[in-house]
Amino acid sequence: MTADLDLASRPHLPRGVRMRRDEARGRWILLAPERIFEIDDVAANVLQLCDGHRDLKSIVAELASRFSAPEARIQTDVVAMLNDLRSKRVLEI
Amino acid sequence: MAPNPPSPPIGLLVELTHRCPLSCPHCSNPLALERPADELETGVWARVFKEAADLGALHVHLSGGEPTARRDIVELTRAASQAGLYTNLITSGIGVSETLLAGLVEAGLDHLQLSFQGTDVETNDRLGGYSGGYVKKRAVAEMTTRAGVPLTINAVIHRGNLHQVGAFIDLAVELGARRLEVAHTQYYGWALANRAALMPAKDKVEAAIALVEDARKRLSGTLVIDMVVPDYYARYPKPCAGGWGRLAINVTPVGKVLPCHAAESIPGLEFWNVRDHALGDIWRRNPAFNAFRGYEWMQEPCRSCERKAVDFGGCRCQAMALAGDARATDPACWKSPLHETIANRAAEEAAAGAAAIRWRRLRETQPAQPAGP
Repeated sequence: MTADLDLASRPHLPRGVRMRRDEARGRWILLAPERIFEIDDVAANVLQLCDGHRDLKSIVAELASRFSAPEARIQTDVVAMLNDLRSKRVLEI
Repeated sequence: MAPNPPSPPIGLLVELTHRCPLSCPHCSNPLALERPADELETGVWARVFKEAADLGALHVHLSGGEPTARRDIVELTRAASQAGLYTNLITSGIGVSETLLAGLVEAGLDHLQLSFQGTDVETNDRLGGYSGGYVKKRAVAEMTTRAGVPLTINAVIHRGNLHQVGAFIDLAVELGARRLEVAHTQYYGWALANRAALMPAKDKVEAAIALVEDARKRLSGTLVIDMVVPDYYARYPKPCAGGWGRLAINVTPVGKVLPCHAAESIPGLEFWNVRDHALGDIWRRNPAFNAFRGYEWMQEPCRSCERKAVDFGGCRCQAMALAGDARATDPACWKSPLHETIANRAAEEAAAGAAAIRWRRLRETQPAQPAGP
């Protein structure tokens, strides 16, 4: 990973990574080269906001309002999750 | 008996053709290659993609042979993509022009996996049996990343290129690949016929594994490295294809549906054809798919083994090839009575060094290759 994720970052799925519903198994997944990542509903909510236009600050604000939770906590969780996906090369900023 | 009904497959691997410009001795295709005239038509493949997606498959691997030897490869990619499958082209790069790649991208190609046989001109072109291959492959890697398509470099490793594992890692980074497969040869088909010429020494394999593990840490976030370990030296067998009839479906160039690419090496199994049956019907009802589902078919030591749900007794085809019984414990497992014998045989083959190479070819349709080194 080159740059650090910060509030101005605009996270997005890179070309070759697709999020979709896996109806046969009733779950959300990320499809990547030779890999399938099962994602829970919370992660799916986060990733739907990672469209490359929104910055992390607005994503956190949106989630905080959606889940009525403090922004600081949301930010900690979201940053950890996004960094994990970046280390697997399925998310870019 | 098999679990009823089986869970849906994850991946569909289609061997679109057995034609290939290369003649790699490590090829996993069967020795009896299918003739071009017998290959499935475009429309049948399109139906197979649709049926696979309906069944729950997520990835399709467009493979071969060399899949771009099919003139309808763009059309096939489009059909797979429109069916909703994540499309992965597994190619040697030979025959991939700028125009073809643009067509594939437009048709919805998600990912391209490019093989290298070595990390320099001499090694690569000698081991692939194709002069000019290395330069061409580099050009394809460059045009793939320029098109924004994620690139995997696939390196099948054996005695002839084991010393280049570090160089493969450097090459993958240099070419902008997101992923590298360091796939130690698995001995099926042509590779099994060439085992004595390909088998590396155990200490060198272990050094190469350590090198990959170190690179994984160093390159986290830059390059994902997947490694297939050589199982003759392993302690436990691989859960081949994720378990027989559990996750994967293979379709041969002529439409035979297999649980794995080597399954036809097991005598007594009748594999159904997509020309005669819907894919879902084959997945659920073909007795060959049910033959090794569940645990009832197992013998000891598998049957009472605590790892039977982890590795499913290993690979049925390898049990057939090495123990002469598809129900036996895969001799790659230390619990197999044959384990020590095969490890010793591998060590002897590795130590003996030179052995004649049998170059892969379609017997009827290709001229003989010049003798290898």
